[in-house]
Amino acid sequence: MTLTLRALLGATVSLTLAGAAMAETTITVATVNNGDMIRMQGLMDDFYAKHPDIKVEWVTLEENVLRQNVTTDIATNGGQYDVLTIGTYEVPIWGKQGWLASLNDLPADYDVDDLLPAIRGGLTVDGNLMASPFYGESSMVMYRTDLMEAAGLTMPDAPTWADIEAAAAAMTNKDGEVYGICLRGKAGWGENMAFLTAMSNSFGARWFDEAWKPQFDSPEWKATLDTYLRLMTEYGPPGASNNGFNENLTLFQQGKCGMWIDATVAASFVTGADSTVADKVGFALAPDNGLGKRGNWLWAWSLAIPASSTKQDAAKTFINWATNKDYLALVASKEGWANVPPGTRTSLYANPEYAAIPFAKMTIDSINSADPNAPTVQPVPYVGVQFVAIPEFQGLGTSVGQEFSAALAGQKTADEALAAAQALVTDEMTAAGYIQ
Amino acid sequence: MSTQSSRAAARLMLSPTVILLLIWMIVPLAMTLWFSFQRYNLLYPERSGWNDFANYTRFVASPAFMSAIANTLILVVGVLVITIVLGILIALLIDQPLWGQGAVRILTISPFFIMPPVAALIWKNMFMNPTNGLFAEASKFLGLSPYDFLGQAPLASIILIVAWQWLPFATLILLTALQSLSSEELEAAEMDGAPAIKRFWYIMLPHLARSITVVVLIQTIFLLGIFGEILVTTNGGPGTASTTLPYLIYKEALLDFDVGTAAAGGVVAVVLANIVAFFAMRAIGKNLEG
Repeated sequence: MTLTLRALLGATVSLTLAGAAMAETTITVATVNNGDMIRMQGLMDDFYAKHPDIKVEWVTLEENVLRQNVTTDIATNGGQYDVLTIGTYEVPIWGKQGWLASLNDLPADYDVDDLLPAIRGGLTVDGNLMASPFYGESSMVMYRTDLMEAAGLTMPDAPTWADIEAAAAAMTNKDGEVYGICLRGKAGWGENMAFLTAMSNSFGARWFDEAWKPQFDSPEWKATLDTYLRLMTEYGPPGASNNGFNENLTLFQQGKCGMWIDATVAASFVTGADSTVADKVGFALAPDNGLGKRGNWLWAWSLAIPASSTKQDAAKTFINWATNKDYLALVASKEGWANVPPGTRTSLYANPEYAAIPFAKMTIDSINSADPNAPTVQPVPYVGVQFVAIPEFQGLGTSVGQEFSAALAGQKTADEALAAAQALVTDEMTAAGYIQ
Repeated sequence: MSTQSSRAAARLMLSPTVILLLIWMIVPLAMTLWFSFQRYNLLYPERSGWNDFANYTRFVASPAFMSAIANTLILVVGVLVITIVLGILIALLIDQPLWGQGAVRILTISPFFIMPPVAALIWKNMFMNPTNGLFAEASKFLGLSPYDFLGQAPLASIILIVAWQWLPFATLILLTALQSLSSEELEAAEMDGAPAIKRFWYIMLPHLARSITVVVLIQTIFLLGIFGEILVTTNGGPGTASTTLPYLIYKEALLDFDVGTAAAGGVVAVVLANIVAFFAMRAIGKNLEG
C-alpha cells in the first residue's frame, strides 16, 4: 500500500470518527410549568453554546398532569423521557424501585457537597444521589406589614399559632374584602394536605404510629383540624375549599389576604411586579405550638434520569448545566439575584448579594428547620414532612384531602371528616398489607 | 332490486371495514376485561398476578361508589330536564319572526363551539368565583353576601355548566322539528279558538316527541361520560359531592395508579351504561318506531 493511499484511508477513518463524535443527541426533558423552569427554557442558548452536540426537546406540563405522565411512563417502561422533573416525594420511592439512574458520577464542578444537607438527604437513596435539585422550598408566613401596623401588632420572626390567630382576627375586614388569613383548601395530597400535614406536625399529630396504624382519631389531629377550620371560617376568604396555591397567590397579590402561609418560592411573586402589595410584605417562620416542631414543609423540584434512558450521558450533561453553581450565576446576570432558583446550595446563601434579598434568610431558616427523617414530635415509621413517602400516599392524601375540604365547605363536621379519614386510611393500609 | 350475487359482493366489500371496527372495539374492551382481573398497580410492578374478583369488590365497596352512581344519574337527569325544557322554550322563541333572527340563532348555538374544559374554567373563574366572579360582584351590588357555588352546591353548579353547553344542541334539534310542523294545522286550531297553551300542548308537543327522544338518547350517551368539567372545577369534591363514575375511575387509574381496580371500574361503568341505555330505549324508543 502506498503512503498516499494509507494517508487517504487514515483521513477517511478520522473523518468518520469525528462525524460520529459530532452526531447530535436529542434528549427529551419532562418538566413542570413553574416560573423557574420556564425561565430555564429561555436560557438554553447558553447550554447550546457549550454543548452543540446535544439538542433538548421540552415537554412542559402542569404539575398533576406531569406527575401522571412521568409515573405511567417510567412504570410501564415507556422510554418517552430522558430527564424527569420530580419531587422529593417520588425520589425515595422510585430510587428504591431501581427506576432512576444514580447521579454519583457528575463532574467535580457540580460540587455535590455544596447542596443543602436537608435537600440532599431527601434525594439520596442508599447513599446514592438519585436526583439533582433544581429549586428547593419550605413554607413560611407572608404577611401585610401595613395591616399589622394599623392593628398595632408586631409579627414575631418565629410566631405561634396563637399569634397567627390574633393577627388574623385583627386584620380581617370582610366588608373591605380583606381576609385575615388565606390557606390552601383545595383537595389534593400536594394541595391542602401538604399544608395540613405540615401544620399537624406542629400540633404533635402524625399520620401513622410506628405500627402503621392511622392516627386521625387522635386529639392532636382534632386540635389541628379545629384550629384550621376556625381560622378559615372566621377570617378566611369565601370559597376557600377551592383555593390552592395559585388562587391564594392571586388573592394575596390583589391585597385581599392579611397573611398567607405557603411555599417560600411565592416570596418572589408577592414582592414582584404583579403584586399590588409588593412593598408591604413581611416574612416569618411557619407557626409552632411550643412542641419543638414548626408547621413548615420541605420540597425540591429535582431533575432525574430514568434508569431505562439510552442517552444517560447527554442527560447528565444537561442536569449538570441546569443545577450547578454556574447556572445560578447565569440567571443572576440575566434576571437579577431575586429570580435565581432558591433553596438548593449553601454557597447561594453565603453570597452577600443574595443575602440582601428580603426573603433569603427566612427561606433558608425555614428549609433548615424541617427534618424529613423526624417530621413530627413523636416517632414515625416514614420519611417526609408534608407527605408520607410510600406509594399509597398519593391516593390516600387526596382522599383524606377531600374529607377535609368537605369540612371546610361546611358539608361535614371536623369529627365526621376525621372519622371518615381514619376509616378510609385504615382500609387502604390493611389492603396494602401494612396492617396485619 | 339486489341479486344474490350483488348482495354477496356488498358483504365482501364491507367486511374489511366491519372487521376493523370490531377489532377497534373488541381489543380495548378485552384488555380492560383482562386487566380487571389482574393485580396491577403501576407503583408495585412486582405485585402482579391473577386477582379473581378482588378489584370488583374493592371498587364497588368503595365509599365513593354509591355517591358516584347517584351523582352520575343526577347529573344526567338534571342536564336533560334543563336542556329539554329550556330548549323547547328557546326554540319557540327563535322560531318567531324577529329582528336579527340570524344573529340571535348563531348566538344561541355558540356555547356548543367552546371546548368543555375552557367553558368550565370560564364559569369557575369569571362567574362563580366567590371573591372575584361576576355573580359575587352582582350579589355585593345588591347588598347580599356572595354565594360559594362550587363549595356549597358543587353538583348543581356542574349541572348548570354542562346544561349551558348542551342547550344549543337541544335547541337546534327542537327548532328543526318545530319548523317542520305544518302551519295549516296550527292556523286551523287558532281559528277554532284554541288558546296558545293548548295549541302547544296538543299539537306542538306531540310533534316534538320524536326529536325529544333523539335529544335524550344522544345526550345521555355523552352525559354519562362527563369528566373534563369536573376535573377543572371541583376535582370531584368537596368530599365526594361531585364525584361521578368516570371521575372515580380516573382517580383509581391516575391518582392511585391502580390499573386493575380502574379497569374493573371501567367494566362496571360499561355494564351500567348499557342498563341505562336498555331502559331508555325501552321507555322512549317506541317514539322512534314507525
